[in-house]
Amino acid sequence: MNAILLMLLGLGAMFLGYVIYSKFIAEKIFKLDPNFRTPAHEFEDGIDFVPTNKYVLWGHHFTSVAGAAPIIGPAIAVIWGWVPAFLWVVFGTIFFAGVHDAGAIWASNRNKARSIGALTGDVVGKRSQSLFMIVIFLVLLMVNAVFATAISGLLINFPSSVVPVWGAIFVALIIGQVIFRKWMNLGTVSILGVIALYALIYAGPSFPIELPETVFGVSDNAQWILVLFAYAAIASLLPVWMLLQPRDYINGLQLFIGLFLVYGAVLISGPELVAPAFNTNVPEGTPSLVPLLFVTIACGAISGFHGLVASGTTSKQLDKETDLRFVGYFGAIGEGSLSLATIIAVTAGFATLADWQAVYHSFGQGGVTAFVQGGANILQNGLGLDVDLAQTLLTVMAVLFAGTTMDTGLRLQRYIFQEWGNIYNIKWMEKAAPATLLAVGTCLLLAFGAGGADGSGGLLIWPLFGTTNQLLAGLTLLVVTTMLVKLGRPMYVTLIPLLFLLVMTIYALLIQLMGFYHKSDWFLFSLDLVVLIAAIWIALESAGVLTRLVRENKASKAS
Amino acid sequence: MKIRAIVDWVKNANAYATEVYNAPYRSAIARAKRDEDDLFMMLVFSELMGVPNPASYYTLELQPLLLERFHQWHLRMGMEHSPLDGFRCC
Repeated sequence: MNAILLMLLGLGAMFLGYVIYSKFIAEKIFKLDPNFRTPAHEFEDGIDFVPTNKYVLWGHHFTSVAGAAPIIGPAIAVIWGWVPAFLWVVFGTIFFAGVHDAGAIWASNRNKARSIGALTGDVVGKRSQSLFMIVIFLVLLMVNAVFATAISGLLINFPSSVVPVWGAIFVALIIGQVIFRKWMNLGTVSILGVIALYALIYAGPSFPIELPETVFGVSDNAQWILVLFAYAAIASLLPVWMLLQPRDYINGLQLFIGLFLVYGAVLISGPELVAPAFNTNVPEGTPSLVPLLFVTIACGAISGFHGLVASGTTSKQLDKETDLRFVGYFGAIGEGSLSLATIIAVTAGFATLADWQAVYHSFGQGGVTAFVQGGANILQNGLGLDVDLAQTLLTVMAVLFAGTTMDTGLRLQRYIFQEWGNIYNIKWMEKAAPATLLAVGTCLLLAFGAGGADGSGGLLIWPLFGTTNQLLAGLTLLVVTTMLVKLGRPMYVTLIPLLFLLVMTIYALLIQLMGFYHKSDWFLFSLDLVVLIAAIWIALESAGVLTRLVRENKASKAS
Repeated sequence: MKIRAIVDWVKNANAYATEVYNAPYRSAIARAKRDEDDLFMMLVFSELMGVPNPASYYTLELQPLLLERFHQWHLRMGMEHSPLDGFRCC
């Protein structure tokens, strides 16, 4: 099949989802009211609560939720063939992610813009709230470890990207100063910044940098991981305007340019999909498609992380309640389209089936490296870019995404440690520097503990990260469902995704648990066990709350 | 006429870009600034809390200017009225 057809089918289906299904959700289920006084107006303070233009808010929401995860997941999952990954991304975006993201904003918006964590306490119960904290902590921990591993792999596979990747940080630092000191207006700075970044990318292939294979017995992979965490720790302690803000901004620009280039190149060159539609000849050791597909692709189909962004910051800036359909649902579609681009890159970007099979020779292979290789081939055929240059460009895009998520993640983890310090009255833990050290320490423990001294174990925990992320999504869906039941509205639009997620997650956790047991990998075994307990807990909690509410509703109708 | 339309468009685009740049971090930066302002306010009012301040000759002049912020501060800290003896706020 031709990639253009796949692209049009996918984008078309998602667009129809926005036009038809999100309209139904907005009008019939959430019953959005343009006259509802949103928290942004009610508590307007110029700091947290600021009514914001819906396109600006969409841009903010989309760039905060889109990271490296919607690239890594599908790039691993096409090992089962492109049809399952494609269907899950498209239908997941339409019926799961869109409803989940819009629902999280809606729930928060109707409750004084409180975060989903706080809402869980109010709407569902106190027990669920503590569970929520634990799940968030695990998600952050895993995402940092996984991304560090993924970035170090990219930097080693594509040494030409080392200069632009670290150069981009200097560009961001300069932009931060220029804007902060008001030396130039932002339009000029954006153009200069993008030119500087692309100049670095252009120069990258001429100055490849490789680390020595071992330093004091530490492999190059592990060296990069250590460097990355050192960087992330420093970055997460700097004031946000210095590095994080300009970096996020360039990333946003990069994201749109990247999507535009990839889709443009596909349209021009029209490559054929070389990967099988259904891979009947999967490499040995590949787990079964059901349920692993549904946790391997988390972001891009549904991701709990979005709920945190949606209820943490987006809901505080919503100008009109009806805007949330565009911001939440269309934001999910933006991320779905990034995953779709990834699927096309990793299935149509290789010359022959044998080339593709060489990359996907065992489960967990592929990932961002396949995305960069495949995407670069498409860019070369479509736009005539040099392969080295195209690879550098896509690597920089992926690394910048993952890097920003890492330092945001580390910052959030530090807040959690500081909060624990506060709750349990541990004075030293309340300070920023020791809390950051703790956060980095736990992430390093996971990155090295999972895969041995070369730190390659990060990607082993990818499916485990997926399950945890889905659990978080499940908790958000539970909050939204509970609110819908309390309002006496139909609950199936969120209940069905919730049940599906819980079943698939618990099933996947059990399968992985068996796998770790057979491999005697006790570290991951215990991690899996913790997540499994949380998952079963959420399932019981959901069943309890919902049956109670439904019974109460019936009783009140009868009387 | 044409040129004006282009200039307007550029200005508009610039305003949007600024908003995109600032919106995500508005709260973090405003909060950091507020923390610094609070520290400065504490310096200005330090004499009233019994902390000797060598610059009090100058800071005394600033006190009325900071009155509004002081009011917001004690409300934010969960105190309905001024916590300082001999310094009434509301």
